[in-house]
Amino acid sequence: MLGRTANGLYWMFRYIERGENIARLIDAGLRMALTRSGSSDEDWDGVLQSAGVREDFDAVHGTLTGADAIDYLLRDRANPSSVMSCIEAARNNARMVRTALTRETWEATNECWIELKNTLAKRVRAADMPEAIGMIKRCTGLIRGAFHGTMLRDDVYNFSRIGTFIEQADNTARILDVKYYVLLPAIAKVGSSLDNMQWESILRSVSAHRSYSWVYDGDYSSANIADYLILNDRMPRSLAYSYDKIVSNLGYLAKAYGEKHAAHETAAATLAALRSRSINDIMDQGLHEFIEEFIVHNNRLGEEVSEGYRFYR
Amino acid sequence: MMNAGSGPRQPYQTYHEWYETQDRARLIAKSRDAENLFRKTGITFAVYGHADSAEKLIPFDIIPRIISGREWRKLAQGIEQRVIALNAFLDDIYHKQEIIKAGRIPRELIERNEAFLPQMIGFKPPGGVYTHIVGTDIVRTGEDQFYVLEDNARTPSGVSYMLENRETMMQMFPELFHINKVRPVEDYPKLLRQSLASLAPPGCSGKPRVAVLTPGIFNSAYYEHAFLADMMGVELVEGSDLRVVDGRVKMRTTRGYEAIDVLYRRVDDDFLDPLTFRPDSALGIPGIMDVYRAGNITIANAPGTGISDDKAIYSYMPEIVEFYTGRKAMLENVPTWRCSEEDSLKYVLEHLEELVVKEVHGSGGYGMLVGPTATKKERAAFAEKLKSRPGNYIAQPTLSLSTVPILVNKGIAPRHVDLRPYVLVSDKVQIIPGGLTRVALKEGSLVVNSSQGGGTKDTWVLED
Repeated sequence: MLGRTANGLYWMFRYIERGENIARLIDAGLRMALTRSGSSDEDWDGVLQSAGVREDFDAVHGTLTGADAIDYLLRDRANPSSVMSCIEAARNNARMVRTALTRETWEATNECWIELKNTLAKRVRAADMPEAIGMIKRCTGLIRGAFHGTMLRDDVYNFSRIGTFIEQADNTARILDVKYYVLLPAIAKVGSSLDNMQWESILRSVSAHRSYSWVYDGDYSSANIADYLILNDRMPRSLAYSYDKIVSNLGYLAKAYGEKHAAHETAAATLAALRSRSINDIMDQGLHEFIEEFIVHNNRLGEEVSEGYRFYR
Repeated sequence: MMNAGSGPRQPYQTYHEWYETQDRARLIAKSRDAENLFRKTGITFAVYGHADSAEKLIPFDIIPRIISGREWRKLAQGIEQRVIALNAFLDDIYHKQEIIKAGRIPRELIERNEAFLPQMIGFKPPGGVYTHIVGTDIVRTGEDQFYVLEDNARTPSGVSYMLENRETMMQMFPELFHINKVRPVEDYPKLLRQSLASLAPPGCSGKPRVAVLTPGIFNSAYYEHAFLADMMGVELVEGSDLRVVDGRVKMRTTRGYEAIDVLYRRVDDDFLDPLTFRPDSALGIPGIMDVYRAGNITIANAPGTGISDDKAIYSYMPEIVEFYTGRKAMLENVPTWRCSEEDSLKYVLEHLEELVVKEVHGSGGYGMLVGPTATKKERAAFAEKLKSRPGNYIAQPTLSLSTVPILVNKGIAPRHVDLRPYVLVSDKVQIIPGGLTRVALKEGSLVVNSSQGGGTKDTWVLED
């Protein structure tokens, strides 16, 4: 496979993941605005931070309002992380690697882009927001379904999956990075309704508010939530799960190509660290430091993958 | 579709009977379905110079253009003769130049032509084939009366539309293919791959590795490049994927650099090798021409083939065909006035309202004048351009093109069409039975180019 094709697949799936994640963040933000009595636009501050675009937003908009924040996150093309920008970037990458995709996967991606362009052509009215968010989830779900249902499990598949999970790990880590203080035991006023809402919002941002109750018997605690998002290897957006998948997909590539790269070592080390530690251990050592370090390593892994498999050179 | 007298022409008879039983509203709805199908599949092209650089659909008409087997056989013979002559001509002008010595073509017309590449002089491409893929543009004026408009011997495009149009028709109207015996076109990608692989360079050992070279996703024909690579099962590469390593052209793969034997390039000569041609080209591969001349890669079509389909050469095609095949050309050329010649220029200026004037080096319907439909003002403006650079233009009469039916809201209506059959050249010449029919959708219009509001339709060659 061409290095450029591997690169295109990797980014196509990173962008799909990112677009979907931004939609989820908006969803969680909307929910929070609904739940809080006397809702305020400041709730959107955290959402913009989690999306990593707080400063860019300020550069464009003077004051922060919920409506502007949503529009910026959803459809502003000047924002490279807006849902529209992400899906467009994903679709451009898909066009570039068209020969590596099944017709079904390509068409699902192309249709997702066509639908989004229509739905997001104008500012979405508040009343239409649930419908728009639902459409985004449905479209990206269809891409994923077509991909899993039709793609050959070869290196094309592996590079796509590695892109998906590096992005997913990054997204989950960034949400934790912004909200870590809510999870600190010292500060948390356990049981207060503010805490519950913040926690609920974190779980919603990773589509885990239902499953959490099942896994931890409805026991809300900061340690459990951190455990779920970081160490639980059954939770599909947790760091541990993402790295389990990254390591296995890198493993398939090593087997098929008969060679290993720095990326294999980095990914294996990160997975081993996630598996060997307990959440109390991590909290004692410092949740914030842990997350920051993780993000640095995750970025480095991305670079090592692109070097090892000749994405650019 | 209709005879001058009454009733449908013979190849349309079965279709016509079927059409009579159809509900027009349903057909019009089907037309819209077809459009959605194309958009969903991403069969789009980019229009250069459009402000929003958006991807456009080429309109598709659901009434097939039908050619009888008998008429096709005759046409195919003429095309084969012409393509053989083109290759012989190219071989000659890059070697002995007999045709110039025989005084049939002026030397300066070849040697001062930008499409003539001195780098190709004395070099024989693998298998002696210059034009691996040809798309001959043809118009029909009446029964068995065909004229060649252009020979497209560089990188003819549109073959993906031939294939997708057929695919769409078979999906929408399967019953039509039961009652008509339509010759298949869908093995084109397979034949193309075999044909390319059979012309691997001397330096190739083992199974030839074929790749398609595209300028990238912003090129107007990118969809076709990806489509062909996908259908052939070969890599779609860009210049940035390739480099010359150890005397071979290699592509950067996830496992390292791997050699390519045959490159079906959809990049113009100028951009192919910045070391040999345009130094500012970012689309090409530095040094590929050296590899080529050393016999370590096949480039399809060969660099320098543009000289054979140049509009300035076109008017000499009857002589060229006769010179190399020893027989009169079976297909007619459209009578052509070379404005570089004083008498011709005078005639052209006096008859602008009946002529089509084309730029010699232009393509795609830009910079041309269709005399009969142009306004007085447009003609006057064009006459000035003509006088200032006469050598830049040729002129041809407007032919009374035959028409085929298209579906409009009120039913069916006649429109002018042309036809581009696709020809593969290896040790044999293979002509795919069918091709791309382009149709001028505007009533009375003669311009079929997709950039100027033209559409396409499926082309049926019947088994008979």
